[in-house]
Amino acid sequence: MKTQRWFTPWLLLGPALVWLLVFNLWPAINTVVLAFTNAKPLGGGSFTGVANFERMLNDDQLVYALVNSIVYMLVCLPLLLFLPLLLAVLLEKKLPGITFFRTAFYTPVIASAVVVALIWTWLLEDRGLVNGLAQQLGFLTEPLPFLSGRWLLLFSAISLTVWKGLGYYMIIYLSALGNVSRQLHEAAAVDGAGPIRRFWSVTVPGVRTTMLLVSVLVTVSALRVFTELFVLTNGTGGPGGRTMSLVMLIQMYSRGFTGHLGYASALSLLLFVITVGPMLLLLRLNRKAA
Amino acid sequence: MTQLTTPPAGAPAKTPASAPKRRRRGSGFGTMRRREKLLRYALLLLALVVTVGPFVWQLSTSLKGAGENIYTLTPQFIPSDPTFDNYLRVTETIPVLSYAKNSLIVAAMAVAGNAVGATLAGFALAKLHFRGRTLFLALVLGTLVLPGEVTIISQYVTVRSLGLADTLVGVALPTAVAMLNVLLMRAAFMAIPDEMDEAAVIDGASAWQRLIHVGLPNVRGMLSVITIFAFIGAWDDFLWPLIVLTDPQNYTLTVGLQYLSGAFTSNPRVIAAGTMIAFIPIVIVFATLQRFFFRGVEEGAIKG
Repeated sequence: MKTQRWFTPWLLLGPALVWLLVFNLWPAINTVVLAFTNAKPLGGGSFTGVANFERMLNDDQLVYALVNSIVYMLVCLPLLLFLPLLLAVLLEKKLPGITFFRTAFYTPVIASAVVVALIWTWLLEDRGLVNGLAQQLGFLTEPLPFLSGRWLLLFSAISLTVWKGLGYYMIIYLSALGNVSRQLHEAAAVDGAGPIRRFWSVTVPGVRTTMLLVSVLVTVSALRVFTELFVLTNGTGGPGGRTMSLVMLIQMYSRGFTGHLGYASALSLLLFVITVGPMLLLLRLNRKAA
Repeated sequence: MTQLTTPPAGAPAKTPASAPKRRRRGSGFGTMRRREKLLRYALLLLALVVTVGPFVWQLSTSLKGAGENIYTLTPQFIPSDPTFDNYLRVTETIPVLSYAKNSLIVAAMAVAGNAVGATLAGFALAKLHFRGRTLFLALVLGTLVLPGEVTIISQYVTVRSLGLADTLVGVALPTAVAMLNVLLMRAAFMAIPDEMDEAAVIDGASAWQRLIHVGLPNVRGMLSVITIFAFIGAWDDFLWPLIVLTDPQNYTLTVGLQYLSGAFTSNPRVIAAGTMIAFIPIVIVFATLQRFFFRGVEEGAIKG
């Protein structure tokens, strides 16, 4: 029965093997190596011991970035845990035209973050749609400068992330809702539980595992945020570079004459240390689901 | 069902009570009352305004002429005098069409690489027995723990040492065979029952023939999913091309758009036209292939 020659699997595996070694395993090892050097974007560099890690301890911008990440995570988590679930509940009933709504709600997910951030810039500027509408409706008496100031910029970026993530997590919830027992819903309804009551005592417990998955996904993506902040601050990182994220710092050190790949790699290691816990949990959750 | 469907105090509540209640008892749970249906559609429309409204506003801005005030306090969604001028202006300001071409080249390489590389490897890992398979799988799984941003700097060093810095090949190369796609294709091949394969083996078919005649026809769904993901991922990507590319001639659309708004113009109409040029192709791809897309997501093709 053995018709296959020994090298056949390796021929088929060839391209993937090359990519695994050259573009996955080697960069992981090399990040560690680079973190102990003063490599520059244009080449060169020598071993500098733990200098980059010492520098991290005295980097004010890094502190800002880490605080921003924590705020990002804390605000995104509750919003992206529940809003997409509500959307999914809304899409669950097979009403006419529901496929259209599902596709439409997903559109922000497939758009590039750059496109979305440029749209947001236009929406949120002093004379933009949001300020205009808010003033028309009497919520504001004068425009709110969404795109200047550390915290307003950060919250604008968060609103963008939440908006863009709605459809993504909605789809995850939608497939989980299919498994929530219909009998339980019916029983609760017979017992006189209203829709809000049933949402909390039937739907939410029914998608508990998915909520865990979603919160891990949200945590990881909040720690990896880049494009939203980069485009909204026009690459500057906001006033005094205080509205940066860790990944924005990494990118900043990756370019030009002032770049420092060694320090950027040390920051990358820090990012790894922060994300590895959630990522391992994610892998576990995904394997359990599969 | 009561709480949400009760009309607000003061609203006329003439139709309700008896008739729908009887209907509900008649056809059981699951048939919706008219008021619940209306409420659901109202909420769906509200969500539609929130999710799609900003795109419509951007499209509308891109079609407004220089003579129309785009800052009015009462927003005008329909341009009074629609014009394509801004699309012309954006092509005069930056080489947006050549940026689109660059994005397309990168996306095409990503699609081809992933379709071929992940299919071949997925088949080998699912259907062939050989030493080292477990080790290979463990390593692939291990790479999934690394967010792409962690290795982006050393990835750049690799691409630079291959002499591919500031090239489109350099942009496409690192994700041309994504490990996640290898795993997804392996899962698709594993779903094919062994009995189907065994007949081919007994007939003396080679691994290659089994892949072409038994494997491929059964994994078309997943194959389309990973190619759609690869296309959208490459087209939308920003951080990696931003790091690799330095010459503005080589920019992809996303990098070029950021460059446009940062350095060349603060005219919202022109920027809006630029964003639409990047947005509309991806919407067309998505709208035509969304059937596969959602099926893929349901099958677990979720990128972390």
